[in-house]
Amino acid sequence: MTVRELAAQLSLRELAMPDGDREVEGGYTGDLLSWVMGRAQSGDAWITIMSNLNIVAVASLADVACVILAEDVVPEQDVVKTAMAKGVNLLGAKESSFALSAAVAKAVQ
Amino acid sequence: MSTDLSETVRCMTEGLQFHFDVDGDNFTSAGQASVQVKKNLRQLGIPPETIRRVSIAMYEGEINMVIHAGGGTADVYVNESSIVIVLDDTGPGIPNIEQAMQEGFSTAPDTIRSLGFGAGMGLPNMKRYTDEMQIESTVGVGTKITMKVNL
Ligand SMILES: Nc1ncnc2c1ncn2[C@@H]1O[C@H](COP(=O)(O)OP(=O)(O)OP(=O)(O)O)[C@@H](O)[C@H]1O
Ligand SMILES: [Mg+2]
Repeated sequence: MTVRELAAQLSLRELAMPDGDREVEGGYTGDLLSWVMGRAQSGDAWITIMSNLNIVAVASLADVACVILAEDVVPEQDVVKTAMAKGVNLLGAKESSFALSAAVAKAVQ
Repeated sequence: MSTDLSETVRCMTEGLQFHFDVDGDNFTSAGQASVQVKKNLRQLGIPPETIRRVSIAMYEGEINMVIHAGGGTADVYVNESSIVIVLDDTGPGIPNIEQAMQEGFSTAPDTIRSLGFGAGMGLPNMKRYTDEMQIESTVGVGTKITMKVNL
């Protein structure tokens, strides 16, 4: 399933989608950035409530398929713009990280 | 950490080199050197999984220099057999390297933790994602970390 398809299926808000055709292969949920870099896999949907600019670099270097901001957190200044520039897909949702994890797991099965 | 650096030093005298000054004052732009290296390695046709390991290890080191040492320099050397990353700072140094290497050990202040750093997983990640890693640190003088990823 592509990021675009996942966003449509789960009714995720599109904050930045420079690479909507990227394939989502799994998921990782967490807010501690070094845990994400150590444990997330390339192609994962990364679910988090962290909204500062550093998430863009982490997402890019960890090579995740997309970032999903849970709980309607609002990305801080420049996050959307930088995500767009760095080719990082950024989505938003009002659901909790738990609910999103379950939904993503079901969708990519 | 591993100590045989003769090969590493040899590698540094051949091949390509990238140099970066890592600004210690700008936390939000931290990681620019690593993102640039990722781009350069992609252009060189390095395998994606290798690029991922190198760029994460370098990013962790780069962020550490920003958070814990007020910035420093990063040099990346590429030849046919390996990629070597050297991170050098003149920060406070690491008093107990063995302790710093443990998962979960961190001296990061609360302001940094609120941004998602400070889990004490950076140095362990650097070790895990590279084939060799050496830390040289002197309290009050600085820290030099050399990492090597085989190609
Ligand atoms: N360049 C450095 N100069 C001085 N101290 C350092 C340096 N790098 C690491 N340290 C020390 O080692 C500790 C562990 O580093 P590590 O990267 O594993 O965790 P962290 O940076 O605290 O958190 P995380 O990397 O998970 O965000 C740091 O908290 C700090 O005390
Ligand atoms: Mg760290």
